[in-house]
Amino acid sequence: MNILIMGCGRLGAQIAAMLDEQGHRVTVMDTNAGSFRRLREGFGGVTVIGNGMDAQALERAGVREAEAFFAVTQGDNRNYFASQMAKQVYQVPRVLCRIYDPGREKIFRELGLETFSPTSMGARVMIDMLLGPRQEAK
Amino acid sequence: MYIIVAGGGKVGLGLASELMQGNNEVLVLERDPARAAQMADELGDSVMAGDGCEASTLDSAGVARADLVAAVTGDDEDNLVICEIARSRGVGRTIARINNPKNELLFKKRGIETTISATTAILAQIEQELPTHEMISLLKLHGGLELFEIKLPATSPVVGRAVREVLLPPESLIALVVDPGGSPRLPGGDTRLNGGDALVVVTHRESLEMLREALIGSTHGLDT
Repeated sequence: MNILIMGCGRLGAQIAAMLDEQGHRVTVMDTNAGSFRRLREGFGGVTVIGNGMDAQALERAGVREAEAFFAVTQGDNRNYFASQMAKQVYQVPRVLCRIYDPGREKIFRELGLETFSPTSMGARVMIDMLLGPRQEAK
Repeated sequence: MYIIVAGGGKVGLGLASELMQGNNEVLVLERDPARAAQMADELGDSVMAGDGCEASTLDSAGVARADLVAAVTGDDEDNLVICEIARSRGVGRTIARINNPKNELLFKKRGIETTISATTAILAQIEQELPTHEMISLLKLHGGLELFEIKLPATSPVVGRAVREVLLPPESLIALVVDPGGSPRLPGGDTRLNGGDALVVVTHRESLEMLREALIGSTHGLDT
């Protein structure tokens, strides 16, 4: 699959590395060239410096050919904005969007985006850890 | 009307004070608590510290009963999110300020029809004042002569004057006068010129500025 990832933070870099390893064509964009140091050595994908909210930068990063778009910058609103650009302006078939704020995540999901909130998910997992059956320590 | 203004920068503050004078109920949301406190000196109770991008802030601002939400922060992504959340809470009318005109398309696609872009507005003004809109080159003739179409603005110094009274640059000639209705006339010395007339003029390329002064007047005036 042809995949475009906006934001090369910990999550973006991890997604990029894993998909690259699986043989997908991966492009990662970030406004800060220094962020690409998070990509593992031997990363076979493409890196593009640019803002994913900017149409020209998105086109430079190949958004027209992308089959999937990940919005994983640190800003919820930026992720939402770029996701809607990818979806509504460039008709990328799959658009996945990280939203930290659970309240916003719910609204964006209802507006038809595929969203993921590490806050809600993390809270659920940690509460399960506390109240569920105890995992054996290794 | 109850109007929520999201973003307490210069635009938000100015907008709120104007709206309050019109006897509207206004609430400004400002993310920076220091800025919000400072604004409260001017606007009193009509300021609330909080992030308009958060549904809970909008809820406590009473967004459900708002007639209008104006998102006027300096960040387009924030303005989009504010409008989206407001609409999801049932606000009928949202207005977004757009800082980068390229983003207008996305707002339209999202169904936020009322967008205000200062850049676009200023560009439109500049384009109206561009000299090429007043003086259009029709044809280059040999010997450096050129044929121009010039539309006389109502403020032109030659409006109401006869052709013989018009002081043209050397080697220039008014060849044709087309009135606003589209009828052409071959001008004689007594032909009177009116605002809205289009003149076809032959002149030397070097005399262009003189010709503009003569027929359009100073371009530095404020009235357009």
